[in-house]
Amino acid sequence: MILTDDQRQLADMTRSFLSEEGTIKKQLRHWRDTGCKDGFGHGLWKQMAELGLTGLAVPEEEGGLGLGATEAALVMEEVGRNLTPSPFLTTALVAVEALKGTEQGKRWFPGIVAGETVAAIAVDEGPHHRPRKIALQATRSGNGFALTGAKQFVVHGASADVILVAARTGGSPGEPEGLTLFAVPRDAAGMSVENVTLTDASKAARVTFEGTQVDADAVVGEVDGGWEPLRRAMRAGRTGAAAEMVGVAAGASAMTVDYLKARRQFGKLIGEFQVLQHRAAHLFGEIEIARAATLKAAELLDRGEEKAGIMSHVAKAKAGRVSALAVQEGVQMHGGIGMTDEHDIGLYMKREKVLDTLFGDANYHARMVQMLIG
Amino acid sequence: MSDLAHFRAETRAWLEENCPPEMRTPMRSEDDACWGGRHFTFQSEAQERWMRVMGEKGWTVPDWPSAYGGGGLSPAETKVLREEMKAIGARNPLSSFGISMLGPALLKYGSEEQKKRFLPEIARGEIRWCQGYSEPGAGSDLAGLQTRAEDQGDHWLVNGQKVWTSYADKADWIFCLVRTSSESKHGGISFLLFDMESEGVSTKPILLISGYSPFCETFFDNVKVPKDQIVGEVNRGWDVAKYLLGHEREMISGMGLGAGGRSVTLGKALGEIDDPVLAAEVAMFDVDALAFAAMSEHFIDQLKAGEAHPAMPSMMKYAGTELNKKRHELIMAAGGSDALEWESERSRGGKAAREWLRTKANSIEGGTSEIQLGIVAKHILRLPGA
Repeated sequence: MILTDDQRQLADMTRSFLSEEGTIKKQLRHWRDTGCKDGFGHGLWKQMAELGLTGLAVPEEEGGLGLGATEAALVMEEVGRNLTPSPFLTTALVAVEALKGTEQGKRWFPGIVAGETVAAIAVDEGPHHRPRKIALQATRSGNGFALTGAKQFVVHGASADVILVAARTGGSPGEPEGLTLFAVPRDAAGMSVENVTLTDASKAARVTFEGTQVDADAVVGEVDGGWEPLRRAMRAGRTGAAAEMVGVAAGASAMTVDYLKARRQFGKLIGEFQVLQHRAAHLFGEIEIARAATLKAAELLDRGEEKAGIMSHVAKAKAGRVSALAVQEGVQMHGGIGMTDEHDIGLYMKREKVLDTLFGDANYHARMVQMLIG
Repeated sequence: MSDLAHFRAETRAWLEENCPPEMRTPMRSEDDACWGGRHFTFQSEAQERWMRVMGEKGWTVPDWPSAYGGGGLSPAETKVLREEMKAIGARNPLSSFGISMLGPALLKYGSEEQKKRFLPEIARGEIRWCQGYSEPGAGSDLAGLQTRAEDQGDHWLVNGQKVWTSYADKADWIFCLVRTSSESKHGGISFLLFDMESEGVSTKPILLISGYSPFCETFFDNVKVPKDQIVGEVNRGWDVAKYLLGHEREMISGMGLGAGGRSVTLGKALGEIDDPVLAAEVAMFDVDALAFAAMSEHFIDQLKAGEAHPAMPSMMKYAGTELNKKRHELIMAAGGSDALEWESERSRGGKAAREWLRTKANSIEGGTSEIQLGIVAKHILRLPGA
């Protein structure tokens, strides 16, 4: 795929903005070291809104830019390169995708476009991403539903104005049928949110529902029809996360190649050693391949092709493997300094591990690819 | 209807009318490839006709200029043609080193006379070419080659030996690197073209571990070559050689997609795998294979748009060949002792084992994996001393 001029401009604009405002020093380290409860800066989120980024995927008629998965991937790669913490992935890509064409979308899109609203999605109920096995119960109650169960790894859950909760209104765990997606506002009675700090200093919540009452109009789309918006949201999420991992890999690899050209041992630059040259060259190729797979998945999503499903799994699995290699090689080639908190390379390693786990790790997605190969 | 949609409709109709049904079945093996040339024995009338009609239309080389026998198609039209051929399962009408290697080099470095003389017969499959690059003492260190060409006034006199010359015993002409000066290693090489029927040329097939002999030793004993058969300037052949190698590497990288009508992925194709450890390896392989296929498509788009880094063919060649080796290791593992049979009818003459062994050359021919990684380290990553 060859990018259009508009797409290149968007990528360039995002790159120059984030390399200025989204840096590790200004964002990730700042919010980590000041103990910010959100783990990201609302100021940056607001700036992203001014650039149109928060409404990137929101349809034009609802005030957004109406752009697709390809543009989203270009932005995510820059986010990954700078390790910029923000709700972009879960709010602007995943939640927006789930809410598209629904009444709940009309309610939340204006705030998202304005950079004033944070949305989260609650899918996982155990330590592994197993969306078909969702068991959290939603039972009819009064004018709506009562939710009972628990979710974890809800990214930015404690900062969110609304959490999209995947629950079971029918069927049994293991089946895609009988799932319903609810938009639960932060003040819902009977919902308790534990803010958890993850390895990479990002925040994800464990959310417990004890008969949490929601109105019937909290349903996103149709009752028992939650699999469709969830599937769409997860495709957007895993493609976006794959692109972010490509950015993490590219950022870590660039930092490492620079180090190979600066560090001297045995009287020469360590980049002169063929054993390191070949590993760096291998990594370069793998990152190119992961990026191509990710952009291919995005292109297929934008064209509405059925193959987008399998390709989004390929992208997440490949990007997961490759970014893991990139950060492992990064720390190893930096030697001792790579183990220090002072150096940024370790931050790439931590972020990579969280991103690989988010929306299913490489093993999960490789298994899905195998299931879908016809 | 857009111009491209119109072109697609026309192309579809033309292929429907002109591609013989027999040429729409998957190749059973590399033996089904059509190479053309003076002495080629066609497997069938359909194979001959498919090569001929495509050659007449210039579609064996759709993106070459029509003045040189090509189709004169734009990159977008070329992609449409490939997609439409793929949609009906059409075989490649002509496998040719003339198309994949020499042609691009002639288009860039050849004289107008050379282009007019050699390119149309390549497009039509009339002349089969081989590549005279490696020598016994010049493998990875290719520029160390010693085959000499002496200026005899009205001709070059060539003496020396090449090795790993693919299909030298079946080729009509050779494009050959020769030493025309000993004063400079890289700056003393020239790029010559000559007829393999010239006096003093002889070939000897090399038996490989696969039991096949696709490669030869090629000997030159006082071979006279006309002066106008040098491509580019005297002693500047290394530029031509490197440019051609880029195209060779592009071609070899296609191995990553699975050759001979094999699917890109292994899942399902291998049947039920009852070993979960092997199944997991196959699952990860298929991720790699599908990701590589996306990369391959992206790479071709970049090449056509003139946006590919000149060293990218090295990265692709490395990735594609290592992937293909892995593919065949897994095929052997899934096949168990069935896959070990070497000569039986049941095993189609040991197809699995022989193909597996053949793939081991993928990461050696056209520059080893280590050479490719070195090129990426030097030209893309700009690492010191690479």
